[in-house]
Amino acid sequence: MTTRTPARVTAFLLAVLVIASLAPIPATAQQLPREETIYVGGGLWAPPSNFNPLTPWAAATGVVGLIYEPLFLYNPVKDEFIPWLAEEGEWIDNKTYEVRIREARWQDGEPLTAEDVKFTFEYARMHEGIYYSSIWDWLDRIEIVDDRTVRFIFSQPHYPEWQYYLYTIYIIPKHIWENIDKPLEEANENPIGSGMYRLKSYDQSQVVYEYNNAWWGTKVYGEPGPRYIVYLRVSSNNVALAMLVRGDLDWSNFFLPGVPQLVRQYDFIHTWYKDKPFHLPANVAFLFINNQKYPLNITEFRKAIAYAINVDEIINRVFEGTVLKSNSVGFLPIPSWQKYYAEDLDKQMGFTYDPEKAKQILDQLGFKDIDGDGYREAPNGERIKLTIIVPFGWTDWMESIRIIAENLKAVGLNVEPKFPDYSKYFDDLTKGYFDMAINNFNSFVSPTPWTMYNWIFYNNTPPIGENSWNGNFGRYFNSEVQQIMEKILVTPVDDEETLKQLYRKLQEIFLRDLPYIPLWYNGFWFQASTLHWTGWPSEENPYGVPVTWPGNWQLGGVLVLLNLKPTAASGGEVVTKEIVKTVTVTEEGKVVTKEQTITTTITQAGSEASQGEGAGLGMIAVLLVIIAAIVAVVVARRR
Amino acid sequence: MGFNSYLAKKVVVYTITFIVAATLNWGIPRLMPGDPIGVLLSRFSTLPQSTEVMYSYFMQAFGLDKPLHEQYINFWRALLSGDLGVSIYLYPRKVEDILLDALPYDLVLIVPAVIVSWIIGNWLGALASVSRRLDALLMPVFYFLTSSPYFWMAIVLAWLLTVVFPIFPPSGAYSPGLEPSLSLAFIEDFLMHWTLPFLSLVLVMLGGWAIGMRNLIIYEIESNYSRYMEALGAPRGLILRYAFRNAMLPQITGLALQIGLAVAGAITTEIVFSYPGLGYLMLQAIQNQDYFLMQGAFLVIVIMVLVSNFIVDIVYALVDPRIRYTYTGET
Repeated sequence: MTTRTPARVTAFLLAVLVIASLAPIPATAQQLPREETIYVGGGLWAPPSNFNPLTPWAAATGVVGLIYEPLFLYNPVKDEFIPWLAEEGEWIDNKTYEVRIREARWQDGEPLTAEDVKFTFEYARMHEGIYYSSIWDWLDRIEIVDDRTVRFIFSQPHYPEWQYYLYTIYIIPKHIWENIDKPLEEANENPIGSGMYRLKSYDQSQVVYEYNNAWWGTKVYGEPGPRYIVYLRVSSNNVALAMLVRGDLDWSNFFLPGVPQLVRQYDFIHTWYKDKPFHLPANVAFLFINNQKYPLNITEFRKAIAYAINVDEIINRVFEGTVLKSNSVGFLPIPSWQKYYAEDLDKQMGFTYDPEKAKQILDQLGFKDIDGDGYREAPNGERIKLTIIVPFGWTDWMESIRIIAENLKAVGLNVEPKFPDYSKYFDDLTKGYFDMAINNFNSFVSPTPWTMYNWIFYNNTPPIGENSWNGNFGRYFNSEVQQIMEKILVTPVDDEETLKQLYRKLQEIFLRDLPYIPLWYNGFWFQASTLHWTGWPSEENPYGVPVTWPGNWQLGGVLVLLNLKPTAASGGEVVTKEIVKTVTVTEEGKVVTKEQTITTTITQAGSEASQGEGAGLGMIAVLLVIIAAIVAVVVARRR
Repeated sequence: MGFNSYLAKKVVVYTITFIVAATLNWGIPRLMPGDPIGVLLSRFSTLPQSTEVMYSYFMQAFGLDKPLHEQYINFWRALLSGDLGVSIYLYPRKVEDILLDALPYDLVLIVPAVIVSWIIGNWLGALASVSRRLDALLMPVFYFLTSSPYFWMAIVLAWLLTVVFPIFPPSGAYSPGLEPSLSLAFIEDFLMHWTLPFLSLVLVMLGGWAIGMRNLIIYEIESNYSRYMEALGAPRGLILRYAFRNAMLPQITGLALQIGLAVAGAITTEIVFSYPGLGYLMLQAIQNQDYFLMQGAFLVIVIMVLVSNFIVDIVYALVDPRIRYTYTGET
């Protein structure tokens, strides 16, 4: 036995070595031709399981936009409605909107007619859970004029709301959906739309779309660049960063760390602006304040908070200058909102960072530090302790509220940042169990500031403990505001003179009462790689917003696809890739000093590099050799 | 007679256990703060007008607008007809489909891990039991392994083998962009992703097996039959072989139990490596307050533990009459 064992071990080791030498089998991860395929990420966080355009909140990104199409696209950079499934649309009188649709076919070959458009809207009257069903409170009926013309006749048009729906309702085929009983419980795994792309395949980590060569728009707009879109579900922003610099991701809508450095280091990384802030503004991040809770219900107290917060510090320290500071009324710098922005009011009544002024206001209100603990007490001597919440894991916001808490401590307010889980955060927010919270969910770019006001001033201020419908979390109520909001709703969107007055009044009330504090504009995070695709939009060529988040493709994502061209020198690709790889090393070195998490993931993902994959089995073999060696030692010892 | 009444009693006990466990599964998620439908809809940026209509519709659709006792009755009614409900997180997929997709990942990870750790552990334990020097060397290692939490071992391995020595990929079951197939490339990629979670499970489980085996063998060597054989002049190797075989029995029972428990043990490992088995799914379900998916995933684990225990009980009773006699009170 003792003589046999070493022989056995040797034999085993030999076998292992043989396996190891066989190991480098090249892995071909990409089966689709690279020059026809674009790799996109940033809008797919859960395994794709839903392709239903009527539940766009659960549908995989691209289902609405690529497969199912709205009547119009909307480009907020130019404040421009782009006729899409509609060829044209206009108000023919105060209460009638007429749409002429294009000559199009569904992906199953059936013609797309006025009937389908009518059906799409009427479907929401039959099924109340469809997100646009409340339209029937003010839409009276829909008439078909001819095969391609539909008229919407309103009992009382809600002009800005209708304008919003024009690019966020997706037309569905009547001949398919009329036979479905419970449309909202449908996963719709074989989606049939009218769009530029059809669903090719999907699994846990990706959705693959393929160009629909019978698309109506080919005649109007030409063919899109990429034949295939692989939409990847990437586990974290850091992994996405590594994939982008390696050329494995062409189009990123992730919130990437270290964008300024990234852009400086890699000349093939394309951004909207060449320099800070790099990103287009997407929405306004507000500090929501609970207007029902003492002492936050004191207007002057809220103003003191506004004066105490150093937004520039947040932007520089947390966002590295990649977002812009908001004005005092939270008006996004897009033409459709700017035309109603009352700059003079902002100058006169707005706030800037001024901690001395904040202290002064608090002193005047009688909030003073009586017991000498460094924090102010209420005039009646009671201690004040406030919290700010953001969801755990949203690292940029977590850092931001740490800074805000420091700022407020500096003026003598005892404020603690807290990071509950997302579900708890959202519950506290909607039920009103919070002091202060950051949120930006529905302050997105749009054709009118009405969408933002409709959210922050939403006319639903239930008692604390009941749901406030996704807006006006702090329960600010002002009947004058509600009256103005109602007027805006029924004022035609081209009556700019009237609207100017109304929006001016809203801004004045907002600045007077300051229910919430606008902080900064979150960006449309966008980095693209020109290694494989060119033609990306930018500041100089703003043909659309390059965003692929669910339900946002119609802001320009689909136009980007039409503008993309394969990068010409495909022969030079290999060379470029080599350069990428060598640079990656220095990148790692640089990022190390900045933030440790970034480095680790880059290294990890780097090990997955396509060329390195073949070495996989080899590595397993090495491990086996080590194990075998240990075994050999143990066996030897046993003698 | 004895066996039947033993069986009847066992069935009653297990049924009660199941009812209690399922009730807890149903109840605990509902004690979490938060509102799953609100969370679900908050993913969608739209007009509050839209959220309002969708909220009331989906509260109804998921039956969450009903009083709790009604929800509880509905839960049992659905469960008994084999319906685990619809997932909120992966709306509108059925919970049973999601679980069936995740289970294979658990099986390929856990079954080999249990078996490999069992074999290596028993072997090392047996080695330790016969050599005092080796024993002194190995025992601390075994104790160290068996007392390390699964997630800790997973993190250590992840740090060591993906960061310090970047050999293995850090997460997932296969690289993004790859489609599951039987190609060499895919299998290799899959194995690379599988190795780390597998290793971390094996290492932790191994310690327990080894300690058990070592103690059992020492016990057997000290027993009367070994001493008798020794007195008869039997070679040491022969005595050890007998001791080893006798020591194997309890270890085999342990193996059956372990396979049932392993899914629960692997939860944290799967989370560390984002390995898409039940454990990872449960984390996603909890984070998204998906009551139905949570219920389903917990239920699978409960059933696995109960069934494997039950099987062991039955086999024991069949093999060893003493057990069923003590249980039924007969003598």
